[in-house]
Amino acid sequence: MGLLSDPNRRRALTKLLTRLNAPICGMPVDWLVKTMQSRGLEVFTQSFTRKLPFPDENKERYMVRGTNVYGILRAPRAPRTEALVLSAPCSEGNNNNQAVGLLLGLAQYFRSQIHWAKDIIFLVNEHDLIGMQAWLEGYHHTNTTGGDWSPLQGRGGSIQAALSLELSSDVITSLDLVLEGLNGQLPNLDLANLFYAFCQKIGVLCTIQGKLQRNDWDTTSGYSHAAQTMMLMVLKQASGRPWGDHGLFLRYHIEAASIRGINSFRQYKTDTTTIGRLLEGMYRKLNNLLERLHQSYFFYLMPSLSRFVSIGYYMPAFGLLAVILLLRALDLWVQLGASPPGTEDGPSSPGVLSILTPVVISHMTGVALYTLPILSQEMAVQHFPVSETEAVVLTAIAIYTAGLALPHNTHRLLQGEGTEEGWRVLKLVALLYLAVLLGCTALINFSLGFILALSLVPIAAFITPHTPKALSAAIMVLLSPGCTLLYCVFVFQELQETPVSLQDGWMLFLSVISQGILDHALYGSLVYPLLALLIYPCWLLLWNILFWK
Amino acid sequence: MCYIYSESFVAETNPVDAPSDNKADHVHDTMQNLDSRPAPYVKDQTQEAAEEERQWEATEVKEADHVPDTMQTPDVPPPTPAKDQFQEELVIRPLHSGDIYASFQFRTMWDTDFLRGSKVSHYRLFPKSLGQVISKFSVRELHISFTQGYWRTMQWGQPFLPSPPGAELWVWFQDTVTDVDGAWKELTNVLSGIFCASLNFIDSTNTVQPSASFKPLGLGNVTDQRFLRYAVLPREIVCTENLTPWKKLLPCGSKAGLAVLMKSEKLFHSSFHSQALHFRPVCQDWKCKSTVWELRQTLNVVFDLHTSGQGKREWSLFKMFSRTLTEACPLASSSKVYVDVTDNPQGELFELSPTTPLLSQAVVLGDRRTYSVYDLTNQATFGQTRSLNMLLRWRAAESGDMLRPLLHGERYVAGYGLQTGEIHTLMYNNHPYRAFPVLLLDTVPWYLRLYIHTLTVTSKGRDNKPSYIHYQPSKDRLRPHLLEMLVQLPPNSVTEVTMQFERALLKWTEYTPDPNHGFYVGSSVISALVPSVVAMDTNSTRECPLFSSFFPCKEESSYFMRVYTEPLLVNLPTPDFSMPYNVICLTCTVVAVGYGSLYNLLTRTFQVEEPSPGLAKRLANIIRRLRGVPLL
Repeated sequence: MGLLSDPNRRRALTKLLTRLNAPICGMPVDWLVKTMQSRGLEVFTQSFTRKLPFPDENKERYMVRGTNVYGILRAPRAPRTEALVLSAPCSEGNNNNQAVGLLLGLAQYFRSQIHWAKDIIFLVNEHDLIGMQAWLEGYHHTNTTGGDWSPLQGRGGSIQAALSLELSSDVITSLDLVLEGLNGQLPNLDLANLFYAFCQKIGVLCTIQGKLQRNDWDTTSGYSHAAQTMMLMVLKQASGRPWGDHGLFLRYHIEAASIRGINSFRQYKTDTTTIGRLLEGMYRKLNNLLERLHQSYFFYLMPSLSRFVSIGYYMPAFGLLAVILLLRALDLWVQLGASPPGTEDGPSSPGVLSILTPVVISHMTGVALYTLPILSQEMAVQHFPVSETEAVVLTAIAIYTAGLALPHNTHRLLQGEGTEEGWRVLKLVALLYLAVLLGCTALINFSLGFILALSLVPIAAFITPHTPKALSAAIMVLLSPGCTLLYCVFVFQELQETPVSLQDGWMLFLSVISQGILDHALYGSLVYPLLALLIYPCWLLLWNILFWK
Repeated sequence: MCYIYSESFVAETNPVDAPSDNKADHVHDTMQNLDSRPAPYVKDQTQEAAEEERQWEATEVKEADHVPDTMQTPDVPPPTPAKDQFQEELVIRPLHSGDIYASFQFRTMWDTDFLRGSKVSHYRLFPKSLGQVISKFSVRELHISFTQGYWRTMQWGQPFLPSPPGAELWVWFQDTVTDVDGAWKELTNVLSGIFCASLNFIDSTNTVQPSASFKPLGLGNVTDQRFLRYAVLPREIVCTENLTPWKKLLPCGSKAGLAVLMKSEKLFHSSFHSQALHFRPVCQDWKCKSTVWELRQTLNVVFDLHTSGQGKREWSLFKMFSRTLTEACPLASSSKVYVDVTDNPQGELFELSPTTPLLSQAVVLGDRRTYSVYDLTNQATFGQTRSLNMLLRWRAAESGDMLRPLLHGERYVAGYGLQTGEIHTLMYNNHPYRAFPVLLLDTVPWYLRLYIHTLTVTSKGRDNKPSYIHYQPSKDRLRPHLLEMLVQLPPNSVTEVTMQFERALLKWTEYTPDPNHGFYVGSSVISALVPSVVAMDTNSTRECPLFSSFFPCKEESSYFMRVYTEPLLVNLPTPDFSMPYNVICLTCTVVAVGYGSLYNLLTRTFQVEEPSPGLAKRLANIIRRLRGVPLL
C-alpha cells in the first residue's frame, strides 16, 4: 500500500487541504465537480430541497436546500453491478474539510489502480443526513418521507458496503467507529471486525463510543468500563436515530459505518496519510468480497471493539422480563375463569363496552400525542410567547400530562360502577398487549425493547386498584415512558463523562423530544410513533386500572 | 492446417476496379462491393510523392467496414477468383476521455456450401472446428460475444459492435431443422467446448425467441422466430482461456499480422474487453447471384488513460499492446490499420507519427469520420526500422467536448427489502428535434415474478403508449419472461419503463454456491434506427453544393444501432445456509461419537485372541496332525 509515499501525491494532497481550509460559503459544488472530473471520475450532482415540519434548533435549519456531488470510479472490466460508497458530509464552514480532502486524495489514488472489481462512489453530501437521505432515496428511487430531490443520473449497481468519513478536527488522535443506525439497525459485525483489524495492523488508536479498550477484563474497574461502553451502545441504539451518515444505508441492506476522527488523546497523533492507508486497506478488502457480508452477526452489543455480546446471550434477559407479563396474564385468566361460579348471577360479566372504552380513549390520546404537536404549532406560536420548536415540544408534554386525567373522564362515559372483574379483564388485555408490543420491539430494536420492559414490566405486574393510590400513582408516573426518557438523558450524559445540571438536563430532554419528532418526519425513525401510538396508550391502560372505581 | 503461401498471395490479387465506382449511392451494396475490391498491392510507391497529395476517397461504409483505397497496381493479370479470402484490420480511435479504443476485425469469406449433403472436408482459411459445427447443426447465422466490462456510451460514444457484459449467443437455424431446441442445446454444449466458456449453462430458463429485436443480419428472407434462439449469460467472466481458442480460429493464429498484438496480459489490463464471432451468409457480388459465408471475428479493447496510460496523454502501439507491427498476415488479402483523425484535421489536437499519406472517409454509425490508413501489405509502411509503432501524442491537455450519443440506456432496481422491487429502464433520446422508435427487449429470469400490470412507460411526465408489445410470461423453472416493446422516444427526452416484481423463494438446491452475491438479470437490449448525425448537421458554413442540401439526404438519414443496458444484480431472500451446515456438523459429531460408540459396544462380540504360536510349535502341530494325535 503505497498511498502518498510518493512526494508528488503528498504535495497534491497538502495543496488540496490548504485549498479546502480557506473559508468557503456553502458547499463548493462547481469546484468539487471540476476536481473530481480532473481525477478521472464520472461526476454527477443531485439537488434537493426539504422543508422541515418545524425549525431544527440544534442545527439551525428549517428550509433546507442543497446539492450532493458524487463521482463514480468505474471499475475496469466490471459490468456496473456492484458498488462501494465512501462519503463525507460537507456543510457550511469548514467542519469536515479534512475528510473531503482525504476523499478526493483517495479518489485520485484509487483511480490509478487496476484491481478494483466494484465501482467506487465518492459522495460529498450536503446537510449531512438530509442530503444522505435524498441521495439514497434517489439512488433507490423510493420516497418514504416525502422529500423533494432530483433524480440521479449515474449509478453503480447494487451497493455492497459504505463508509462515512468525518474528521472534525485538524488533529486526529484516534478513530471512533459508529455503528448505530436508523431504528437501532446495526451493520454486519464483520465490518467492525475489519475496521478493528486494520487499526491494529496500521497502529491507529481506535475506539467505540469514544472509549478505549482496556485489557484488564477481570478487574472491577475494567469490567465497569466495558459495561459503561455497552450501556452507551444500548442507549444509542434505543434512541432509534442514525448516529452518523451511515445510519440511513442500513435500510437498504447496505453494510455501513461511520468513521469519526476525534482529538482526545493528546499523546497519540495520527496523520491523514495513515487514515488514508486504513481506508485503502478497508476498501481493498471490501472490493475483494464475492458476497455481501453475511457470515457474521447482525444483532450484537459491543462492550469493546474487539468483543461482542451476541443475541444468544442478551435475549434471555429480555425473555425473562417478558415471561413475568405472561405469567401474570395466565394468573388473571385462571382467576377470571374461577370467579363466576362463586357469585352466581351476581354482577354480570363486564360488557365489552366497559373494556373497549378505556382502550379506545387511551389510543385516541396516543393519536393526539402523535399528530397534534406538529399540527397545532402555528396556533401555539400565535397565542404563547414561544418559538415553533418549543411549541411542538411543549404541546407534546402537555398532551402527555393531560392523559393522566383520563381515568376520571373515562368513567363519565361508562354507565354504572366498574366491577372487580372489569379491571381484571382490562388488565389481562393490557398485559397481553404490552407483552406482544415489547416482544416485537425487542426483535427489531433490542435496546429499546429492553429499556421499556425494565420500566413497564414492574408496574404492569403489580398494579391493581387496591394498592395505595398515592404511592402507586407516584411510582407509575416515575416509571412512565416520558420519565424513562428523562433518566436516559441523564444516564447518557453521565456515561459520556459530560454530566449536566438539572436545568441543562431538562433543556436537553426537550431537545431530545424535538429531535425524535424530527427524525420521524425526516428519516422515518419509528421510535416516536411507537411511543406515542402504542406504548403510551398501553401505559394509560395501566393508569386506568389504578384509578378503577 | 497447411498454408500455401505463394498461391494465396497471388490468388488474392483481384482484378482492378475503377475508382469511380465508389459512388455514394449504394450504401446497401457495401457488402456486395467488398468482393470485387481492388487488392491493396503497391509496388515501389515513393513516400514523397504520396505526401504531396493526400489522397482522399469517399466511401460509404457501414459498421466500420473495410474501405477500399485508391492506390492500385497498374498491371496485374486477372487471376482466377479465390474460393476463400481473409482480411484483417485494426481501427484505433482516440476517445475524448483520453482513453483509447482499439477494434480488431478479421474476416474470412468462403464460397462453399456447408449444408449440401456432400461434406465439406477441405478447409483452407476457414476454421475447421467451426465449419463442422455449422454444417452439423445447420446453422444459418451465429453471433457469439464474450465481454468483460460495460461499454460507457456517455464517455466513449458508440462502439462499432455493441455487446452486453458476459456472454451473448444468438443463432438462426436453417428452416430445414426440425428439432430446433435439441439442436440449440447440443450447439451450446459444443460451442462451450470450442470457446472454453460456460455456454453449457444455457438452457430453457434463459433462452428466448425474440419476435422482432434480432433479425438476421445476413442474406435470406426467413424471419420466422421459431428458428431463432437468443441467450445471455451475464455472469460469464471472460479471460485468457477464452481468448486463446478465439485466436486459434484465425488463419495466421497469433503468429503474424495484426494478431501478434493480442497479448493477453495487455488486453486484459484494460477498461473494456470484448471478443466476438459472427457467422452469416452474404452476397458474393453486387448482383447477389450467389452467396458466400462470412466469418467475422472482432475484438474490442479500451485502454484506460489513468491505469494503462499512467495519466499521460500519449499512446503508442507498443504502450497499448507491448508489441509493434512488423508484417501483415501473409494469408490476408488486405491488412490495414486505421486511426480516427476526424477531430484532428489539422493536427491541432494530437500528433500522429509516423504520418501516412492515405486518408479514408466513411460514414460510421451515422457520423462522417476520417481515418488515416496504414497499409501493412505495403512495405513502405514499416519504414527503415521494419516495424510500425504508431504514436499519438496529445497537444492539448483537454480534448474538446464529445457530441452526446443520441441514444443510450440505463437500468437499475428500485426499492428496498427482499419482497418486491421495481425494474427501471431509462432510454435517453438526445436528438434535439427528432423522435424515433426503439425496440426494447427485456429478458427477466423466472425467479423475479414480474407484475406485468404495473408496466408503465412514461416520457416527459406523460404516458407513452407502446405501439407493439410482445409479452411471454415465465414458467417457473422452465422459461424466462420475455417482453418486447416498440416505443416512440420523443426528441430530447428520457423515457422510463418501470415494472414491479416479486422475488421468489427458491428451493434450497436452486441457490448458487454464493447466494448472497445476488442473482443476475441480463441486459435489456434497445434496438433502434437512429437519425444520423450527418443528417442532423444544419451547419450551412460547410462546403457543400447548395443543390445537395435542400432535402435531407435519404441514405444517411438513419442507421441501425443496438444499445445494451447494464445487467442487474438482485438479491433474493436467502436462508442462512451456514446454520443447517452447523447443525449437520453437530449432529454428525453426536452421531459419530455417541451413537457410533454405543452401537459398537452393543453389536461387537469380544473374543480373547490367542497369541499366535511360535514356529516350533506350529511345526510340531503339523507333524502331530499328520500322525493323527491331538494338537498341542
